[in-house]
Amino acid sequence: MVNLIIDNQPVSVPEGTTILEAARQVYIHIPTLCYLNLDAMKLHNQTASCRICVVEVEGRCNLAPSCATPVAEGMKVTTNSRRVLSARRTLLQLILSNHPTDCLICAKSTDCELQNLAWEFGINAQAYQHGEQSSFSIDKSSGALKRDPDKCIMCRRCETMCNEVQTVGALTAFGRGFNVTVGPAEMQPLVNSNCVYCGQCVSVCPTAALTGVGYIDETWAALFDPSKKVVVQVAPAVRVAIGEEFGFPMGQPVTGKLVAGLRRMGFNAVFDTTFGADLTVVEEAHEIIERVTQNERLPVLTSCCPGWINFLRYHFPNLSYMPSSCKSPQQMVGAVSKSYYAEQMGIDPKDLVMISVMPCIAKKYEAAMPEHSRDGLPDVDYVITTRELAKMFKESGIDLRYMPDESFDHPLGESTGAGVIFGATGGVLEAALRTIYEEVTGHDLEDVNFTAVRGIAGVKEATIDLGERTVCVAATSGLGNARKLLENIEKGISKYDVIEIMACPGGCVNGGGQPYSQDRAEVIEQRIKGLYMIDGWQSHRKSHQNPSIQHLYQEFLGEPGSDKAHELLHVTYYEDVPAVHSK
Amino acid sequence: MVGSRPTQPTRQLADELYEQLDAYIETLQIDPDDPYRRETLIRSLHRAQEIFGYLPAEVQRHVAGRYAISHAEVSGVISFYNYFTTTPKGKVQIDVCLGTACYVNGADKVLQEFERILNIKSGEVTPDGQFSIESLRCVGACSLAPVVTVNGKVYGRVQPEKVQEILEHYLVEIDREEEPIHVKN
Repeated sequence: MVNLIIDNQPVSVPEGTTILEAARQVYIHIPTLCYLNLDAMKLHNQTASCRICVVEVEGRCNLAPSCATPVAEGMKVTTNSRRVLSARRTLLQLILSNHPTDCLICAKSTDCELQNLAWEFGINAQAYQHGEQSSFSIDKSSGALKRDPDKCIMCRRCETMCNEVQTVGALTAFGRGFNVTVGPAEMQPLVNSNCVYCGQCVSVCPTAALTGVGYIDETWAALFDPSKKVVVQVAPAVRVAIGEEFGFPMGQPVTGKLVAGLRRMGFNAVFDTTFGADLTVVEEAHEIIERVTQNERLPVLTSCCPGWINFLRYHFPNLSYMPSSCKSPQQMVGAVSKSYYAEQMGIDPKDLVMISVMPCIAKKYEAAMPEHSRDGLPDVDYVITTRELAKMFKESGIDLRYMPDESFDHPLGESTGAGVIFGATGGVLEAALRTIYEEVTGHDLEDVNFTAVRGIAGVKEATIDLGERTVCVAATSGLGNARKLLENIEKGISKYDVIEIMACPGGCVNGGGQPYSQDRAEVIEQRIKGLYMIDGWQSHRKSHQNPSIQHLYQEFLGEPGSDKAHELLHVTYYEDVPAVHSK
Repeated sequence: MVGSRPTQPTRQLADELYEQLDAYIETLQIDPDDPYRRETLIRSLHRAQEIFGYLPAEVQRHVAGRYAISHAEVSGVISFYNYFTTTPKGKVQIDVCLGTACYVNGADKVLQEFERILNIKSGEVTPDGQFSIESLRCVGACSLAPVVTVNGKVYGRVQPEKVQEILEHYLVEIDREEEPIHVKN
């Protein structure tokens, strides 16, 4: 242990601890801006670039950045001397001198760490007014992720997330001196880069330099267009997160209130992406059983997460034949709405607008992919995030706290517990196993809980005895973990038959479109807990038992894997790879 | 286009040049699992620029692949150093030092004179590909300030009036090789 004194208080901490961490142990708050430490997802951003956390260390002539200075025996630290406070204030004022002050109309207002700091410091005027201002252009080329480099404060959190945690390598600091900013290689538009739109950079950006491309205006326009029927679908992870924007505890499920709110906003029908998840399970289970029995192109990789699918396509194109050909639940609900539902209701698909509410940035990109349009009509018209929906609720005076509990509309509103857990890492795999087990063995699965594949730990694995054959499965989240699994597959040392991958650490509950949180580890855990809680409440917990799904097959699709199912529910992003097809 | 997949342009530059670069990179014995492998990145980029004359995206991607790092990272490093260029340089490369000593001795005016006569800005190449201008920070010849180097040859105590003369010398040289090029006076 190392003994030191911070603001006259003796502190004992293990060697290697930083002054900042040591101070926090004795409840001394040192303000930070660029610093971010998310142990749960192995993100450690200690670039010490903003210097807001400087402290005075006796015997050292310069102020020390406490986030990156390790403690030493006998060190005497002062965190709030006049010199320290005035240096911090000057530093903040200098950052503000080259930052747009359009807070009133900024997407990040009230969630901005720079704004918060200025407020906490009581800064109410620009100290340096007539200096040079950055004038980069805004990049919305991807239709999913928006870069506004003028708002970048060079904290480098996004780079650490993108390069070290997600290992995507899309972002770099570019240029030097005053003209430096963070962006893709050669400052190309993002759509030309290898960005996979996982949106984890958005969730760590302290300002509005990185946000999602918004579709609130388009959604309102559709809702107020009398010639359109507007339907909405809500992803599982939204129901355990949106409550946070209205004062509910972290992770508390607010499904019924969410449905009631959407209905009051004027949607003609409120559907559940969870229905699509159940449909995905039925189709995917069929494909997995077929591929595993025939030992064909193993392992089967799940295909629900567009961030992950982009990662595979851009970074491991030689493995692009591996994922399941099943569309994601979002796209399945879109495709079924614009075919089956439109047909049933006698609506021309041209007059039907599908809005989806997702915890995700990559879903915006997925919905716009040409592969997900039929006859020039996209299956999903606009994707808004959990955060955007919360804003729309607030704009239209809907307070979830006072909403009654209502149910989703039929037929795309019925779901099982298996579909709900799609929002958590391991959930897609667990849901598939519940169906695969019963399909293959013909026995009832009594304990539906495959707990071995749950949780946010690195790679979770399990072996399932299916009678004639055991299958070895794995689930992981975070693209850094995914990379390791894929490298092993490339080397031919993977022992798995089925692998589930989600791009965001912890799964969709931690997506780039979810409400911002200052306590990421806790919020992920609570949201996951919320999803498994809903799973436990459901009368059906196996996707193939969903009565609406059974009905859909009887009436419309025929069998899992049928021609009709392939036309609507499957996609391959590579033409040279035929979809697994059987009748 | 929204929803479109990023395209990876095919390689345009000569395979022999890539072979030369690879021969050099081989000698560095890069271990893709070694976190310190980046230490030699700048050396390889120097070599690449010597071979190709500049560092376009396709060369950057090639180097990134050899180091098992992202294109973005290579691009970021290149953007930091003035010496590296991502556009082709002219046959006659003029580097004007704007380091402190040169600057206080009027290097900015020398640079302006080159820009005026060649009708290009620093960092650009004349449309015929013959001349290009860059500004540098200190070439280590401060006693000769202001300093200009042309294709590596050092000119000391350059005054704006001398610029025309220097350019004419290289014009004559080019002239000997091929047809004359037009210089605005």
